[in-house]
Amino acid sequence: MDKAIVNELDHVVVRFSGDSGDGMQLTGTLFSNLSAILGNEISTFPDFPSEIRAPQGTVGGVSGFQVHLGASKIFTPGDDADVMVVMNPAALKVNAKSVKRGGVLIFDTDSFEKSDFDKAGFKTENPFEELAISETVQLIPVPLSSLTQQSLDGLGFDNKTVLRSKNMFALGLVCWLFNRPIDKAVGFLEAKFKKKQDLLTANIKVLTDGYNYGSNLQLTLSTFQVDKSTNIEKGTYTSISGNKATAWGLIAAAEKAGLQLFIGSYPITPATDIMQELSLYKNLGVKVIQAEDEIAGITTSLGASFAGCLAATNTSGPGLALKSEAIGLAVMAELPIVVIDVMRGGPSTGLPTKTEQTDLLQALYGRNGESPVVVMAASSPADCFHFAYMASKIALEFMTPVILLTDAFIGNGTSLWKLPKLAQLPLINPNYTKKDAEKSHVTSRDENTKVRYWSVPGVEGLGHRNGGLEKDYNTGAISSDALNHAKMVATREEKVNNVANILPNVEVEGDSSADLLVIGWGGTHGHLMSAVTNMNAKGDKIALAHFNYINPLPKNTEELIAKYKKVVVCELNSGQFASFLRTKVPGVEFLQYNKVQGQPFTVTELEEYFGSLLKLTL
Amino acid sequence: METTNIQYTAKDFKSDQYVRWCPGCGDHAVLNSLQKVLADLAIPPHQTAIISGIGCSSRLPYYISSYGFHTIHGRGAAVATGVKVANPSLAVWQITGDGDCLAIGGNHFIHSVRRNVDINVLLFNNQIYGLTKGQYSPTTKKGFVTKSSPFGTVERPFRPAELTFGARGTFFARFLDVDLKVAQSVMSAAAKHKGTSVIESLVNCIIFNNGAHGWLAEKENRPDRTIVLEHGKPMIFGKERNKGLVLEGMTLKVVTIGENGVTESDILIHDAHAHDSTIQLKLALMEGPEMPIAMGVIREVEDETYDAAVEAQIFDEKAKAKIKCFDDLVATCEQWEM
Repeated sequence: MDKAIVNELDHVVVRFSGDSGDGMQLTGTLFSNLSAILGNEISTFPDFPSEIRAPQGTVGGVSGFQVHLGASKIFTPGDDADVMVVMNPAALKVNAKSVKRGGVLIFDTDSFEKSDFDKAGFKTENPFEELAISETVQLIPVPLSSLTQQSLDGLGFDNKTVLRSKNMFALGLVCWLFNRPIDKAVGFLEAKFKKKQDLLTANIKVLTDGYNYGSNLQLTLSTFQVDKSTNIEKGTYTSISGNKATAWGLIAAAEKAGLQLFIGSYPITPATDIMQELSLYKNLGVKVIQAEDEIAGITTSLGASFAGCLAATNTSGPGLALKSEAIGLAVMAELPIVVIDVMRGGPSTGLPTKTEQTDLLQALYGRNGESPVVVMAASSPADCFHFAYMASKIALEFMTPVILLTDAFIGNGTSLWKLPKLAQLPLINPNYTKKDAEKSHVTSRDENTKVRYWSVPGVEGLGHRNGGLEKDYNTGAISSDALNHAKMVATREEKVNNVANILPNVEVEGDSSADLLVIGWGGTHGHLMSAVTNMNAKGDKIALAHFNYINPLPKNTEELIAKYKKVVVCELNSGQFASFLRTKVPGVEFLQYNKVQGQPFTVTELEEYFGSLLKLTL
Repeated sequence: METTNIQYTAKDFKSDQYVRWCPGCGDHAVLNSLQKVLADLAIPPHQTAIISGIGCSSRLPYYISSYGFHTIHGRGAAVATGVKVANPSLAVWQITGDGDCLAIGGNHFIHSVRRNVDINVLLFNNQIYGLTKGQYSPTTKKGFVTKSSPFGTVERPFRPAELTFGARGTFFARFLDVDLKVAQSVMSAAAKHKGTSVIESLVNCIIFNNGAHGWLAEKENRPDRTIVLEHGKPMIFGKERNKGLVLEGMTLKVVTIGENGVTESDILIHDAHAHDSTIQLKLALMEGPEMPIAMGVIREVEDETYDAAVEAQIFDEKAKAKIKCFDDLVATCEQWEM
């Protein structure tokens, strides 16, 4: 093997893109897992169309999977690709703008025929010129389809199986390009195709031939070397998506609390994976109802909460709107429930597969009456686990609904997750009615925390009537007394505010003596942190305060913000967190950086913007 | 559901709350009958959960000394489903009205019936919105003048039995608020039935729809205008117990025993247990004055309940699972040291 040039890089972005049926998600997942095993940090993001089977070869049917590998800390799946693999002209058309200048573009020449150009809507037969990238990227033509056919020739596979294996040829080639030994990939394929021996054989053969093609033909191309990450916390890791991590956080919390886990849910993009994941675990006793609608999703859960379960429901923006009244009931009845909103582009049906942070104000305020709830947000695929766990803990210990905001970006994306042990997770102590209580009424509460006691049906002597009508503070009987109502409103609010007593302080990341404080929340942490880290490396005085707890805010919020001369709140909406902060932290001028395009921030645009703010300061 | 040897009385199921329904409201009688039935069932009050939505009848949980949850409009069926699936050992009752159950809650109603969740649905049908002061409901007779239909409704009403049967219900029964005997026997049968038991209680709203069921309720005429069906018994009714139902072609018809050569052996025998619901539906849909209105248990068939099926699946999967806890689950991840 004679490799002329090896590019040693700190981090690199690879994107696989093709038709929905081309197996790009599998290819990308295998490549990221291989890299993680070799010690790279990884972050991935799948990008698939909302159409299930758009016509083959059209831009509507393009499915992609991006992998970001790093030898040091990486926070996002990356902006533009260093290496792009496109299986047809449609994939090229969709992704051309996302290849870095000087990047490598591998394409399947067998799918670059006149009819393919027509389907993708190209006007000429030179798509690269048409897209004006023929001079700016390294084009690597590879006849993927015919090479795959040759690879499997004479082995008795039908043509469909043969063509479906071409993604493995591409993977083999990329493995060569990145010096990834393919034996590990063979192991993954064996697990994946356990029950389909012929497919396994075909895939391994094609993968191997793809790798050898790269090394034997000495493609006129430099290879990449991304070293093992050295600054990652030692331990055992896997790669996990945000939605799966969320589901697992609930499972862990239920077991820790000694409770049955119950999910009432209705399918909605991009949140459905959470319900589907949980429905796998009958063996762990998880009860899942696929309800008749969003409202029944939360109300079956609220019934289960009343009956003593750890109850949760998952949804996206439109579903959260439908659940509003039931969340209000949970506020009034003071029952624990976790509501997970995997945010997408809105309003209305909006952009179902795209990401936004536009549900924050709905989560905070979208109910009738004075109805405070705990609102929190996860900030990476892996930490969805931690925040789903904490949402459960808070709901059970404070007898309150908790809305956990994630989004399509971190819900579908994956990142490295250090495997936890249940014993290491924080204790969860639901606020049960004391054993010696003579009787229960729904408003008996701990006078310090204002948390009401939980009397679970089935226990003799603790029968009570709960409901959505206002209750007397002392007896729990229904009451419309004016001053009692005022007291109950204040009590429920005080209870939610008391959650701040167990929250960690918000920390400043980056240069703490900065001139510019960037504030973010939820799923934008990766991009904001990348931008701040890059700018610190160049000597810019900039820092990040990223929020996971929004209502209540961490106790040090006001004090922390007051230390900085210039504060900018960055979010994927028109300024919802900024407006919330203005009500909670008066006297600060909050600048805003907003993007509402259904897309995450890019690190580049953030750095440009922060750079311009710093110039203004100087 | 755990039953005990303790002898309960209706008093054990009365809460300390003052009953706030209007004097003369039909709901009072149903409440009293329910408390009596609950006591006779010998299920302890703390093993009983009463769930309701919104409306006059949905206040009922406050008046029963058990675990109660007065929820939001129309969602009682879904909340009750959650309670039962979460803890199948509880006896779960859903209290609802014609607006709560069949208008805003229609979707949850048909789906709980379809799933056959083991809950008892006590549907108070007074054919009017009472708590909002007199608007027409989905069961109000066409042409009826109400506050929101000053020129008479132009809507075709639902017939709750038809919806229940259409949703593949396994139990449907009906009673009149004033007929305590039938009320109690029907509620008792509903409680014992495994599956969603729909009980349509014809109740009188003395303020906004007084006498809606009056032509049935008058003691004098009730025997001729209603028929109380009992499984395995001939369908005989009337003051003189000489009227009966026969099937002529595909149509039910009233005949008089002793006239035109009709004898008791010609009269249909009620089969509430037949899975084929054709005749049961015809019985449930009989309308006066030509036909008597059917009371009692009209359909009662066995089928798997949703809550039991959920439990069974979990039981089976647990039995064969290698993954027993969260730590086992984590161990199944593709994992590597870093």
